[in-house]
Amino acid sequence: MVTEERVWEALAEIPDPEIPPISIVDLGVVRGVTVSNGTVHVEFTPTFLGCPALEVMRDQMAGRIRELGAEPNVEVILDDSWSTDRITPAGREKLRQSGFAPPAPREAGGPQLVQLQSKAFKCPYCGSTETRLENIFGPTPCRSVRYCDSCRQPFEQFKTI
Amino acid sequence: MNAQELLAIADDELILGWRNSEWTGIAPFLEEDVAFSSIAQNEIGHARALYQLVAAELGTTADELAFDRKPEEYRCSQFVELRLVPDWAKTIARHCLYEDADERRIKELIESDDPEVAGLAAKIDREEAYHRMHAQMWFERLQDVPQFQEALEELRPMVVERGEHLPEFEQLWEEMTEVRRSVAGATW
Repeated sequence: MVTEERVWEALAEIPDPEIPPISIVDLGVVRGVTVSNGTVHVEFTPTFLGCPALEVMRDQMAGRIRELGAEPNVEVILDDSWSTDRITPAGREKLRQSGFAPPAPREAGGPQLVQLQSKAFKCPYCGSTETRLENIFGPTPCRSVRYCDSCRQPFEQFKTI
Repeated sequence: MNAQELLAIADDELILGWRNSEWTGIAPFLEEDVAFSSIAQNEIGHARALYQLVAAELGTTADELAFDRKPEEYRCSQFVELRLVPDWAKTIARHCLYEDADERRIKELIESDDPEVAGLAAKIDREEAYHRMHAQMWFERLQDVPQFQEALEELRPMVVERGEHLPEFEQLWEEMTEVRRSVAGATW
């Protein structure tokens, strides 16, 4: 008999399709797991609505659950429940080690341009805050591109959502 | 908010996403190539989520709503139908005007009594915040440029217009639905 704990462990082994060092559980997209009568119900809260990795994540979750001998029911929750604040402390550290600056905490009123253009963001390589915004958008919608004036290295900054 | 009104918003997002994607590979510089491609991807993602809500109510699917209707059944505004490549000033003017109008519309949806609509609108709004910052950055950069001011004046009256489609919409529809029409019932 599959337990919720076993499902969480299995899901925690699935890497993010675009940033493999971090798992989808570290990313915070699994909102809940319940098991009843051999069916595993997963509440999956997407990151960005246009993210092409969503289908991959959903299929991988379903695949892992089948491997555990249970029937998957992955429900996509289209509301505001995912936030970059849901990325776990371990996940944030893995991002930083991989050269991605983790997102700043969510603030009331949402992000402001003046803030993105400020020097509040830390370079993931050298830790300097002498960094500037190069582009609000980056290789994927969830990231911006910044440049560190101290170590002269461009880097990807997670957007706060 | 009834299904037809949500459908109009979804259609705006889909068609504008399509128009924005026309800059992929040919924007004036690399940063904007990346930005417009990302914005297009987000808008089409918003359209998909809105179509899913509407589809559940109408007993159809998001893909059928997005690609299987006849051109005259789409409810998007002429404003998003305009093909503006290669006019960058007009493209940025539309971007600024659209994000402004879209913000008001999304904020209204957040107040909806329907928790599904309100929840999705709140999520969309968090992504749109970055589109608005991008538009604001460009507005600050171009606000004193006559070409940009003229573009704003020309396009502003179109923001609220709905009704007849522009001739260029038919071309967009042909291209957008071509693969799906060519192999009916295929799955990808």
